[in-house]
Amino acid sequence: MDNNIWPRRALLPVLTLVGFVLLWQACCALFKVDPWILPAPSSIARNMWEDAPRLSGQLWFTLRLALKGLGLGIAFGVAAALLFHLIPGVRAALSPLIIITQNIPLIALGPLLIVWFGFGILPKLILLVLVCFFPVAWSMLAGLGQAEPHLREYLSMIGATRWEVLRRLELPASLPSFFTGLKMTATYSVTAVIVAEWLGASDGIGHYLVLKSKGYDTAGVFSAIICIVALALAFYGLAALLEKLAIRWRPARRGAAQGGRGA
Amino acid sequence: MSESERSAKLEVSGVSMSYVRDRRRRLVLDRLSLNVMAGEFVTLIGPSGSGKSTLFRLIGGVERPDEGSIRISGREIAGERGHISYMPQQASLFPWMSVAGNISSALTTAGVGAKEAAALASQWLERIGLGDVAKEYPHVLSGGMQQRVSFLRALLMPRDVMCLDEPFAALDALTRAEMQAWLLGLWEAERRSVLFVTHSIEEALTLSDRIYVLSRAPARVLREIRIPFPRPRRADVWKEPEFVRLKEEVLELLQKGAEADHAL
Ligand SMILES: Nc1ncnc2c1ncn2[C@@H]1O[C@H](COP(=O)(O)OP(=O)(O)OP(=O)(O)O)[C@@H](O)[C@H]1O
Ligand SMILES: [Mg+2]
Repeated sequence: MDNNIWPRRALLPVLTLVGFVLLWQACCALFKVDPWILPAPSSIARNMWEDAPRLSGQLWFTLRLALKGLGLGIAFGVAAALLFHLIPGVRAALSPLIIITQNIPLIALGPLLIVWFGFGILPKLILLVLVCFFPVAWSMLAGLGQAEPHLREYLSMIGATRWEVLRRLELPASLPSFFTGLKMTATYSVTAVIVAEWLGASDGIGHYLVLKSKGYDTAGVFSAIICIVALALAFYGLAALLEKLAIRWRPARRGAAQGGRGA
Repeated sequence: MSESERSAKLEVSGVSMSYVRDRRRRLVLDRLSLNVMAGEFVTLIGPSGSGKSTLFRLIGGVERPDEGSIRISGREIAGERGHISYMPQQASLFPWMSVAGNISSALTTAGVGAKEAAALASQWLERIGLGDVAKEYPHVLSGGMQQRVSFLRALLMPRDVMCLDEPFAALDALTRAEMQAWLLGLWEAERRSVLFVTHSIEEALTLSDRIYVLSRAPARVLREIRIPFPRPRRADVWKEPEFVRLKEEVLELLQKGAEADHAL
């Protein structure tokens, strides 16, 4: 049944996208725009096709770095959320520091990290973890505290231990907000990895982007952008898929609950 | 009387409790005393806000009384958790656990081994006719079915006292009557010690061995009424003249309590 609804829902956005690309192509042809200012979609496609081996190699490199940073960031985020939730003093003590790190612009933080930790993978991972851990930690922390009061009351009335409350109530109740954070983090991680590679790397899409933009190869720049957007969308899709697999209870109320959070 | 006092499962004596709200102490329970014998079904009936749920929180050890003692099987348990099984007003099933998982996880909290808990859960779900939804998530169940699972969860916990706090308040009249008959049958077969809260006088008279009628907050016992109808109780006890008389007696007590309140 879902399969019947899905193409219809997808039809409009796909049509818009195709229309946009066609318009772009038409404009480039009609006004004879210089390719180094705005290349036509067809020449971007040709560039991607011709440069495919190099692009895919760079993309693979970026993907691995992003996954490493994302994995570490999620691990730190979950650990921080649990720590803050279980020991409220830690939260009060550390949250100012964490808020500060979240407000330093990446462009400023990156070079500093390179000064401190060199050009290896370490400063890039630190940058990624700093970016990735926050949405996960904060949304999960909110979720852990938002477990339904009457379920909490029930558990205390039957004398459940702290661990049982965490495992049976708070962790499952925090899953929806954890995934909200995860979806955010998944897309942030791609932006962050590009910035990290931009600042100092000899490989990766970010590095490719620097080379192409310095050489005024605008078609190359657009090729890189398309790869980056595709990567971010893929990460988001993966996170959304994991969410669907992990949260299978209450199918009817899920949409409503998400609407409520969005408001 | 001294003979029966010795076998009291639950003894609440001289318990007072107050909450601080708007910087004022409000007395909710005023030296309240009551007891539940082994295998007895005792009901608390009283106006809304009189402190019945508060009493349950004290018995459950979630809150501590300001004074007085709470004993289960003769042992003081004020402030200690894990001595009662509990059925709340809302079914309070965990939406991410299967129906069977909801029951068995509660049993493990009460110290039943994981394997035995799972076996008990599936065996009893089968017995009450919910065997085919045992593996489903609770949201597929109707309100009445959820209450059955919630009751089963309380019944199977190997605890001395079952506390049921308005378990049928959220149900429609027909489902409620059905649930009462169902609970009556199951309880008469198992004979656990039950402390039950309801707002329905008929429900109290149909199910209980004894009723405590409570006043408005701060709650005191206005009267203790022994229900004379034999067990197993017929579903149509409400036709007895004695039933009607008792109902009038309770209603009058509750109304008088309310009037006294207005007079103040
Ligand atoms: N946590 C709390 N803090 C402050 N006051 C409370 C708290 N819990 C209950 N009260 C107050 O205590 C009084 C008794 O509440 P309680 O829930 O025990 O009543 P009840 O008899 O169960 O009522 P109902 O029949 O409506 O469920 C009420 O006036 C309520 O406002
Ligand atoms: Mg109540």
